[in-house]
Amino acid sequence: MLSISERTMGAFAYAEGGSAPPGPVATPSTEQPYVDLRNVSLVYGDEADQMLAIDRLDLKVREGEFVAVVGPSGCGKSTLMKLVTGLLPPDSGAVFIQGKKANGPVAGVGMAFQNSTLLPWRSTLSNVMLPFELVQPHRKRFHRHADEYVEKAKRLLDTVGLLEFADKFPWELSGGMQQRANVCRALVHEPKLLMLDEPFGALDAFTREELWLMTQNLWLKQRFSTILVTHDLREAVFLADRVIVLSKRPGRIILERQVDIPRPRALSCTFESLFSEIVHDIREKIVEARG
Amino acid sequence: MSKSRKSSIENVMPWVTTLVLLVLWQIVSTALGSASLMLPAPTEIARSIIDHYDVIWPNALQTLYTTGLGFAFAVVFGMLFGLAIGASPLIYRGFYPLLIAFNAVPKVALVPIFVLWFGIGAVPAMVTAFSLAVFPIIVNVATGLSTIDPEMEDVMRSLGAKRLDILTKIGIPRMTPYLFASLKISITLAFVGSVLSETIASNEGIGFLMQAASSRFDVPLVFAGLIVIAAMAVLAYQACVLIEGRFTRWATRGK
Repeated sequence: MLSISERTMGAFAYAEGGSAPPGPVATPSTEQPYVDLRNVSLVYGDEADQMLAIDRLDLKVREGEFVAVVGPSGCGKSTLMKLVTGLLPPDSGAVFIQGKKANGPVAGVGMAFQNSTLLPWRSTLSNVMLPFELVQPHRKRFHRHADEYVEKAKRLLDTVGLLEFADKFPWELSGGMQQRANVCRALVHEPKLLMLDEPFGALDAFTREELWLMTQNLWLKQRFSTILVTHDLREAVFLADRVIVLSKRPGRIILERQVDIPRPRALSCTFESLFSEIVHDIREKIVEARG
Repeated sequence: MSKSRKSSIENVMPWVTTLVLLVLWQIVSTALGSASLMLPAPTEIARSIIDHYDVIWPNALQTLYTTGLGFAFAVVFGMLFGLAIGASPLIYRGFYPLLIAFNAVPKVALVPIFVLWFGIGAVPAMVTAFSLAVFPIIVNVATGLSTIDPEMEDVMRSLGAKRLDILTKIGIPRMTPYLFASLKISITLAFVGSVLSETIASNEGIGFLMQAASSRFDVPLVFAGLIVIAAMAVLAYQACVLIEGRFTRWATRGK
């Protein structure tokens, strides 16, 4: 019987054709940030009643870094997600991905939302395989190498314990399982950037913590850059290298907090003083921001 | 009550209610005595069906044929047009008011025009069936398409999906339950359309048969025609339900 992490390892071993294997301690390159938001503002609404959603925001995410964004509701966190992925163009400023200015949707991004956006007419496996049908270069290889991709998706499902549910429909799964499948779909094509928009918000506390561990494991192996938007401060501190606190609308960064808890983090670390200290710091800032 | 017993009772319910209705009908029309000329008893209608079997059969086939063709055209056209207006806000804006105006026009008023254009016979019946059946299909298909979850669309776009991908991978599967719901309504409307047209201007079909029978004061035969149409409509409806169940199991959560 393999441990979870070993199984996770196996799922991604075949990954990067050619480039260096994504080792567990791949040092993030420091020279160029993967995501670079420069002085970005975004206005919602038409001319008559405009609303500033994001105000002159600067944000850098290093390659392989896990950043959590927290803030009071309505601070433009979800807008931030759309800006980073290029789904929404900024009204001023610019978004750079790997040093290139983003025009239109950015390639190589995985996204997961609070409501698992699994397609109800597809089985879990076929849902997880969706990115292969869309993202190049998988898209043009998909039909001829279907078996290989099925294998790949199944291996990933296995690492999150969903293999036996591969042929079930999403509505036959529990909320936690749906969310696991949802994260699998976001990661199966090995994106360099993962965007999580309150992915565990609708789950009960135990399931949520279970999925924190799953996310951490996947991240430790695959080392994609991650932006996690969440309401849950403990979730942010547990998972992230750096927590960013946004102010009430219009969203601006009011606090950046490095989380120097060694990895892999166990759930028990949430009861340690360093952890609660960081959570407290952040909570105070948010209370101030709502103020 | 055990589960299987309950479901077997559910299964016989439609037959029970139909039987009760027929018995009541029989009692009323017997009680009416000579006035039952206007409301023939079910037994009398049944006898009329058997006696005039040779006339009813080809006319029923004719109605089934015009209805079926009109319905088939309505499905094809309704789907294409519904896809177009569901996928493009511009086409939606342009055509929706016209569609509503067209749907509000009484189709009885159109039949004489169709007759002028296509002559008496099968074609006007088909066109009338089409014109009644097409609207629910267009509206439902368009609704199914335009209610795609925006987050789902974001996920697709972030994976590099083009509009055609979103249409084929989300739009069309999502619209199927809406489409099948509309087929059930449309098939019955198609029967209404073809019989309507046959009644006004045709020399074949159940509508024509009923028209002819009523001018000869053969009331049982008029009712026989009604029963035949009703039976055909129920069968066609059931066929739609069967197909629906097959294609959209996910939408009913497999119940």
